[in-house]
Amino acid sequence: MQRIGVFVCWCGSNIAGTVDVVAVAEALKKEPGVVFSANYQYMCSQAGQDLIKNAIKEHNLTGIVVCSCSPRMHEATFRKTAAAAGLNPYMVEIANIREQCSWVHKEMPIGTEKAIILGKAAVAKVNLNTPLVPGESPVTKRALVIGGGIAGIQTALDIADAGFEVDIVEKKPTIGGKMAQLDKTFPTLDCAACILTPKMVDVAQNEKIRIFSYSEVTDVKGFVGNFDVTIKKKARYVKEELCTGCGACTEKCPMKKVPNDFNLNMDTKRAIYIPFAQAVPKVATIDPDYCNMLKNGKCGVCSKVCAAGAIDYTQKDEFIEEKYGAIVVATGFNPISMDKFDEFAYNQSKDVITSLEFERLTNAAGPTAGKLLRPSDHKHPEKIVFVQCVGSRCDACNEKGKEYCSKICCMYTAKHAMLTRDKYPDTEVYVFYIDVRTPGKNFDEFYRRAVEEYGVHYIKGMVGKVVPEGDKLIVQASDLLDNKQLKIEADLVVLAAAIEPDKSARPLATLLTASMDTNDFFTEAHPKLRPVESPTAGVFLSGACQGPKDIPETVAQAGAAASKVIGLLAKDKLTGNPCVAHSNEMMCNGCSSCERVCPYGAITYEDKEFRMPDRTTLMRRIAVVNPAVCQGCGCCTVACPSGAMDLKGFASEQIIAEVDAICK
Amino acid sequence: MKFSYFPGCTLKNKAKSLDIYARRSAEKLGVTLEEIENWQCCGGVFTTAKDEVATKLSSVRILKDAQKKQQALVTVCSACHNVVKQTNYAMQNDKEFAGKVNRYMSEDEYNGETQIYHYLELLRDVIGYDKIKESVVNPIGKKVAAYYGCLLLRPNAVMRMDDPENPTIIEDLIKALGGEAVIYGYRNECCGGYVRMESPELAGKKSQTVIESAKKAGAEVIVTACPLCKYNLEKSGCDIPVVYLTELLAEALGVKEDTNE
Amino acid sequence: MSNSKKYLQEEIIRTSGVNPKKCMRCGKCSATCPAYDEMEYHPHQFVYMVESGNIEPLLESDSLYRCLTCFACVDRCPRSVEPAKLVEAVRLAAIRKQGNNRMTANDVPELIDDETPQQLIVSAFRKYTK
Repeated sequence: MQRIGVFVCWCGSNIAGTVDVVAVAEALKKEPGVVFSANYQYMCSQAGQDLIKNAIKEHNLTGIVVCSCSPRMHEATFRKTAAAAGLNPYMVEIANIREQCSWVHKEMPIGTEKAIILGKAAVAKVNLNTPLVPGESPVTKRALVIGGGIAGIQTALDIADAGFEVDIVEKKPTIGGKMAQLDKTFPTLDCAACILTPKMVDVAQNEKIRIFSYSEVTDVKGFVGNFDVTIKKKARYVKEELCTGCGACTEKCPMKKVPNDFNLNMDTKRAIYIPFAQAVPKVATIDPDYCNMLKNGKCGVCSKVCAAGAIDYTQKDEFIEEKYGAIVVATGFNPISMDKFDEFAYNQSKDVITSLEFERLTNAAGPTAGKLLRPSDHKHPEKIVFVQCVGSRCDACNEKGKEYCSKICCMYTAKHAMLTRDKYPDTEVYVFYIDVRTPGKNFDEFYRRAVEEYGVHYIKGMVGKVVPEGDKLIVQASDLLDNKQLKIEADLVVLAAAIEPDKSARPLATLLTASMDTNDFFTEAHPKLRPVESPTAGVFLSGACQGPKDIPETVAQAGAAASKVIGLLAKDKLTGNPCVAHSNEMMCNGCSSCERVCPYGAITYEDKEFRMPDRTTLMRRIAVVNPAVCQGCGCCTVACPSGAMDLKGFASEQIIAEVDAICK
Repeated sequence: MKFSYFPGCTLKNKAKSLDIYARRSAEKLGVTLEEIENWQCCGGVFTTAKDEVATKLSSVRILKDAQKKQQALVTVCSACHNVVKQTNYAMQNDKEFAGKVNRYMSEDEYNGETQIYHYLELLRDVIGYDKIKESVVNPIGKKVAAYYGCLLLRPNAVMRMDDPENPTIIEDLIKALGGEAVIYGYRNECCGGYVRMESPELAGKKSQTVIESAKKAGAEVIVTACPLCKYNLEKSGCDIPVVYLTELLAEALGVKEDTNE
Repeated sequence: MSNSKKYLQEEIIRTSGVNPKKCMRCGKCSATCPAYDEMEYHPHQFVYMVESGNIEPLLESDSLYRCLTCFACVDRCPRSVEPAKLVEAVRLAAIRKQGNNRMTANDVPELIDDETPQQLIVSAFRKYTK
């Protein structure tokens, strides 16, 4: 028989306001096995914990029930308290009488009655608890960063700086991400390339960092500290180790009309290409959709001009298997498609562009060598209209856009408007806004400068329709403060398209068993207190894959994710969760039902010899759980048809005892 | 192939050619349009108010009639199509409204089961533009501006005919008929509609915007499916022909005979 | 808000099925409206004035009869507010009052010509008369 202590917390008035804590303590005292019962204002405080410790020692308690807040809040706290008093921490049960009781009830009698019932259930469970000892698992001291934009780069550099090995997997031929496409950065206007490319070079030169460019993660197995990852290195038909990045092939390739995705298809590249001059790795890649040699065996020019002999038309996709202790997701974002917003005529006129396209048009390395020329006729635009919030802040019923604010658009639009006015004072610039949102250091000052010093026309209202007419774009818009409808004849219209997570994020989340919100942004373990960890142990989040972010925020989060990774990799061993599944070999009939439902691959089978009553032996196939891999989800216990599979700490008989106690 | 057909009142009077050419072209393409018996006027506009029931009953009768014959319903006039389709959508999605209608109509319950095709959708989705292209005997050979107006496309959540901001259903038909489709900015803008009745100036301005836009883009002829659009454009000083799309179709298919019969 | 104002507001919201609180005041409805210049109160004002219960000025305004019901504001509103349905509900509240018909059958002969399509006459009656 257990000797159980019950500790009822007031949580100030949080619980005591709607639950008669004295009555709860009194009622639970009468439950089987309970030898001690107390109540206290704040059980989680030092004094409260001391009360528990003393009671354990004085009354030789073998188990305790704390009636308090959610176990998510303080289960760990009270387990530590018990351990400090010499009690096995798994002999502690929490009855959640705050979130699931006092906060949801208004009347004292009802709250008290429910608190007693919840307490009884916890007591019934503790009566059947047994001490559990967690196992340990080693930690592979290497991290994987998925995505090589500024988020991934910064995370990798910080982890490497602490002395750990890091691999970056980037699906494009070069690292750099969206930031490499930008011209200048707000609010300081330093050039994106000038601050990004040195970091890219640092990555390339860092002995601790390996870059898998033009690669994707195709499989993830294992668990925190011990992930087994398969990386697909796509065939680029160029031997990376031989290519010197001289660019001779990219000049001689006769296939000139390949859309250049780095410049958002506003110009063309060759079928063999290096995305941009500062690419890392600076290695050529052949686009198999356009290369004549790969398509029909007729060409081979690049191979002839390559002095290094790096071209290899027979290259195949390569699969690499690596072990990692931690995984950081840094898959980034993309602007949404403008197809469903053709009231702005994006698909009807070349001179209606997105803001990212505008970045390329003003970038010295872009399709116009940095001269602001409109795409249709390469004329200098004299009147530009910027439209904010295209596809952001939409109603949930609106099938076209996103519900959230994309956060970065107000600032980059102010930047575009300001830079245009700075470089081309003859160009008139209009910005249509719903609200100007500038919460950031020196952000509002920056926006005000655009208005006051650079004379950008900010108009409160939205654009309703853009009509291409001749070589002009008729922009029909609201001026809400003047209560007028405006018709502006513009030369260029720039749409601040909402941003969304990269399309690769959803399948990756499935591989990682990491959770996502309805917008496909990765969910953090806690929105305030654990913002860079995913709820899946060992998986961390960096940058816009978790939500819209600008560069300063991304870099800050990247560093935070790195520090969490370093904290994990610094450990030699990880303490596991002892609440894992185990199979009763006498009842198991080896049917494989449990193996099929296990999301972690923790269940295998072995043939075991059983001695029968008549002294014969029988070979039987039985399930075996690897406790280091099992996460204690309990799927197998439900799937098992013979009831052989059970979960330590949450055994079927414990759950039924709880239900019985509630229904009594 | 047989379909139930609702021409509407204007097609029996001022827009006879819209109706006649629609039937002849359909026959030529192997589709028979069976006119619903004893139909009533749809009312011209769909009243969006949720408590308007009586004004929508004629549309429900038309829809139920098609359902009884187990046929899909074809409409040609943009206004009829808009009213009947919005009514059907309300029967599917507004339980309170559907309940009132069904209680009133004392026959079998109707919940928006009938499938509705605009004549253009019949051409595109049932017959197919490829087949139409093969049947063309007199290619149009002109620059034709498609005028959608508002009723065919909006509200898009109900109409679902095409991208409401950048439609192609008429342009693709023009191309199939051997014409050159002219794209212009105001092709999905309102002609001024019923406001012509009390404010011809407002309707005139709206129509002129459309006409100017089409002409600037090089149009030689404007094509529409809506009698009111045609009227408004013609009354607003349009100096290029405005024709019904069924007339264009009949001409291309070689079935445009004398209609003063 | 007085009780009569409140009752009118509730009626408009109920008959239109529109929730004006969804509006984020972007003004795209008014930006997109082809009848804007002929209106005293513009689509975004309809939404705001219904939300704040200030509906009487709308009932008296010719703006009710300038809305073309072209649904451009309905399709383009990022918040799915559907301003045209609100205008329609206010218009009905106006013409449903006894003696408030804007057009009678006697007015018609003067307003039409030989080519006037039947569609125009029935549409106008739907909009102006109850």
